[in-house]
Amino acid sequence: MIRTLVPATLFAILVVFFWTGLKLNPTQIPSPLIGKPVPAFDLPLLLDESRRITQDQLRGEPTLLNVWATWCVACRQEHPFLMQLAAATDVPIYGLNLKDNRASASAWLDQLGNPYESSAFDEDGIVSIDWGVYGAPETFLIDATGIIRYKHIGPLTEEVWNKKLLPRIRLWKGETL
Amino acid sequence: MLVALSGTVLAIDNQEALEDSALQARYVRLGNELRCLVCQNQSIADSTAGLAADLRAQVREMLLDGASDQEILDYMVARYGDFVRYRPAFNIRTWALWLGPFVVVLIGLAVVATVIRRNANLDPEQPDI
Repeated sequence: MIRTLVPATLFAILVVFFWTGLKLNPTQIPSPLIGKPVPAFDLPLLLDESRRITQDQLRGEPTLLNVWATWCVACRQEHPFLMQLAAATDVPIYGLNLKDNRASASAWLDQLGNPYESSAFDEDGIVSIDWGVYGAPETFLIDATGIIRYKHIGPLTEEVWNKKLLPRIRLWKGETL
Repeated sequence: MLVALSGTVLAIDNQEALEDSALQARYVRLGNELRCLVCQNQSIADSTAGLAADLRAQVREMLLDGASDQEILDYMVARYGDFVRYRPAFNIRTWALWLGPFVVVLIGLAVVATVIRRNANLDPEQPDI
């Protein structure tokens, strides 16, 4: 009995491990910032150097913070969906423009459209380090109290929006209504 | 030969060494301790990725500001998680990682002991079949 049961159990455990491992994406590293308040920052706006944006703007209602750059190929792929999202929902999308050139980033928004409420201009990437950003695009979902609730790594898609972001936002709105 | 030589050329060497040699030693050690999250199998000392360069700059700056090694590691872990360290701290999320191998070895030893004991109990007069 033990002779068959023990190897069978060990095998089953291995299968569970490998099966889980197959579905994990090693390039998506869970952020320790989930459940924490947004890191404090104070950056100039991309389109208006004289104005600044701080963590206080990401408060009062659920918001998205999208990390993007013109050098980021996947951001270009993601951009049409952000436009669609900005038109279809009332969730404000803030941009965090990462280590970019002000002129090319402005031109990008002129040509492709600007889905952002406003974009912060993080020229040296220090604020992005505080946010634990290690690539672009990345998108943070922030609740009305300014707590980071979810982070999506890679281009935002309709599927991610419908399955991961929207259900959370709906839940919060239901609770506060 | 080439392989041996290329092993010593790290991205960290492209920067000017810190004046204080003790600080430089800590800088190199920390650089090898921290993982570049873009390339994952390289340390930030090793990698030429933009993020690695930024993180190296951050480590340098913190060292020059007098931060301790622990403060620098904590700073990185707070932003990027335990994964940023090649040797993560022992905590509630990493205990299985640290203890797992020992548990597996213990199981193996138990199996070996059982097999040996069982064979020892066999009657030597009986032919092995």
